[in-house]
Amino acid sequence: MEVGKSLPRQSAPPSPAAAAGDEVHWEGLEETDEFRQLVQARWRFVAPATVFFLIYYFALPFSNGLFPGVMRTEIIGHINLAYVFALSEFVMAWVLAYFYIRQATRVFDPLAEKVRRRASQGK
Amino acid sequence: MSITLTLFLIVVGITLVITAWAARRTKTTVQFWAAGRTIKGWQNGLAIAGDYMSAASFLGIAGLIAFNGYDGFMYSVGWLVAYLTVLFLIAEPMRNTGKYTMADMLSYRMSPVPVRSAAAFSTVAVSAAYMMAQMIGAGSLIKILLPDLDKNLKPYFDWAIFGTKLDPSIALVGLMMMIYVIAGGMVATTWVQIVKAVLLMGGAVLLSLLVLFYFNFNFLSFFDKIYSVKDKVTGLPFTSPGILYPYGKATIWGVDKALVENVSLGLALILGTAGLPHILMRFFTVPNAKAARSSVAWAMGLIGSFYIMTTFLGFGAAALVGKANICAQVVTGFKCAPGLKPNNNMSMPRLADFLGTYFFGATGGEFLLAFIAAVAFATILAVVAGLTLAASSAFSHDFYVGVVRTQMFHGSVSEREQVLVARITAAIVGLLSIWLAARVGATANVAALVAGVAFVIAASANLPAILFTLFWKRFNTWGAVASLVGGTVVTIWLVALGPGWTLPAVVHPAFPLQNVGIVAIPVGFVLAIVGTFIGDLVKADRLAEVKFHEIDVRAQTGVGAEASPVGA
Repeated sequence: MEVGKSLPRQSAPPSPAAAAGDEVHWEGLEETDEFRQLVQARWRFVAPATVFFLIYYFALPFSNGLFPGVMRTEIIGHINLAYVFALSEFVMAWVLAYFYIRQATRVFDPLAEKVRRRASQGK
Repeated sequence: MSITLTLFLIVVGITLVITAWAARRTKTTVQFWAAGRTIKGWQNGLAIAGDYMSAASFLGIAGLIAFNGYDGFMYSVGWLVAYLTVLFLIAEPMRNTGKYTMADMLSYRMSPVPVRSAAAFSTVAVSAAYMMAQMIGAGSLIKILLPDLDKNLKPYFDWAIFGTKLDPSIALVGLMMMIYVIAGGMVATTWVQIVKAVLLMGGAVLLSLLVLFYFNFNFLSFFDKIYSVKDKVTGLPFTSPGILYPYGKATIWGVDKALVENVSLGLALILGTAGLPHILMRFFTVPNAKAARSSVAWAMGLIGSFYIMTTFLGFGAAALVGKANICAQVVTGFKCAPGLKPNNNMSMPRLADFLGTYFFGATGGEFLLAFIAAVAFATILAVVAGLTLAASSAFSHDFYVGVVRTQMFHGSVSEREQVLVARITAAIVGLLSIWLAARVGATANVAALVAGVAFVIAASANLPAILFTLFWKRFNTWGAVASLVGGTVVTIWLVALGPGWTLPAVVHPAFPLQNVGIVAIPVGFVLAIVGTFIGDLVKADRLAEVKFHEIDVRAQTGVGAEASPVGA
């Protein structure tokens, strides 16, 4: 199968024989420096970012449940800490998304392009 | 009420015309399912927002906040943060490896027959559960617009299907929606989603501004008013957490039950989105991974802004209308008509009625009510369209073409036959969801229902299969089928044993939690892992491991991704 061109538009899965012939090529691409750099760069961002947003997100229900008195503390007027924390979750999500997209455009896309170029040059 | 109904019908009529026009242009399968893969990033972002913000967001969250205060806002928070999971882990790999459906991606590595069958099963389950809540939402609107409809149609609905009498309003509006949807296709729904997303944002902004205007744009006096609304059971002010699930009342596994419910809900909210078939399908309509990414960014901006506005919509309804006065028909002074019970799904329309009357007089109230009801209806219709498409493509493309016609009755399948099967599936899923809606009842909160069933199935069945297919080398067909089928079955089983959302609440349910995610989601992941090891032991599936290299490269880079006809 020529890689880099679009696959034929059909529903049938690739036959095992074709797949077996293909596998060397995919593994070859997987072992290129460009691909390794791409995967590494991606995980270096995605793994800590995912851990961070999970902790930040679950901090809200846990604080509400474990420290109800603190979370009901009113900051301005009757606006309490629980509501401000909830609003900060929106900001957190938008900021993380912004950084991901910036990183993806600057770092991941050029690396992926290199791998694609190598793939279209053949085996 | 005539102005309300007329205006409502005009807006609905316009959407029907758009569909009819688009249906004539939908000819090939790639058009029907993936809109020819030519949708731009920002358009798709609007369409994702349109697909995502259903009755649950527009009617449900406002209702939860109006009836329970702060705790309802947790749904808004979770449903936005969920998009980080989608953005970081799912959107781009999905576009790079998929074709029409989730199962296309899974069957790159896995044995297609079992995986496609299992994925069709979980997809239909998620879609039916999701759609059930939409039917309830649409039924609530009809009950407001035509308060006598239920009474008048009752004699014709005096028969039971499997022990459940259909709700006349829900059945009627549900059937109408199914007819509308089955006539159209993805081209129609992409545009309807965009139109609808704009309408929905417009409606939310308008009502939010009016709420703020009521308080002379003084945020603090708005919160003073919310604070003055107290919950009858706990005595807490509505600004405080702990009303929906009161803290310190009961423990489960040695932990405060309310805390467990909230964490369990949170798990379903933030992990479920990444496994929703109708949202995943949206990533196949864009030209490339970059466009998939930018569409998530657009969607996050829109969805987040909307969810922040639920503060005004929900708390506004609580403070200005009041939970006791939110029902299908009101008499002078915005009190419930005698004999009617409050229905939290009607908070938004009731708020619109109140604000319109307050600012512009009685006609203004009818007008604003009609507008918000029409927006809500367009919202529901568009989501039902997206869900139908996901369910019918899973069944028709994955199961019928991929399994039945490829493996059992060989032969070429014409596109016409495929689309016909898709339409029959759509009709069956629609009827199933109308029945389920009647079974749960019209007063169950639609946001709680969606988060409590559809999102949990998506997170426990679909998410493990997708994540492990993309990122775990040893994962195989056994693991995928175990999570797809097991996650779905466990979720439905726990929800059936649990207290559910029907009122009055079940006293001693066999399973104590409303939100079953905290059990079901880990079970789904464990099943995927155990299934994989069993598959390894019986050496059933060598291909899955070999093919990991291919999906690894494809997912990360987009090599060999399904091309767009107009080029990337």
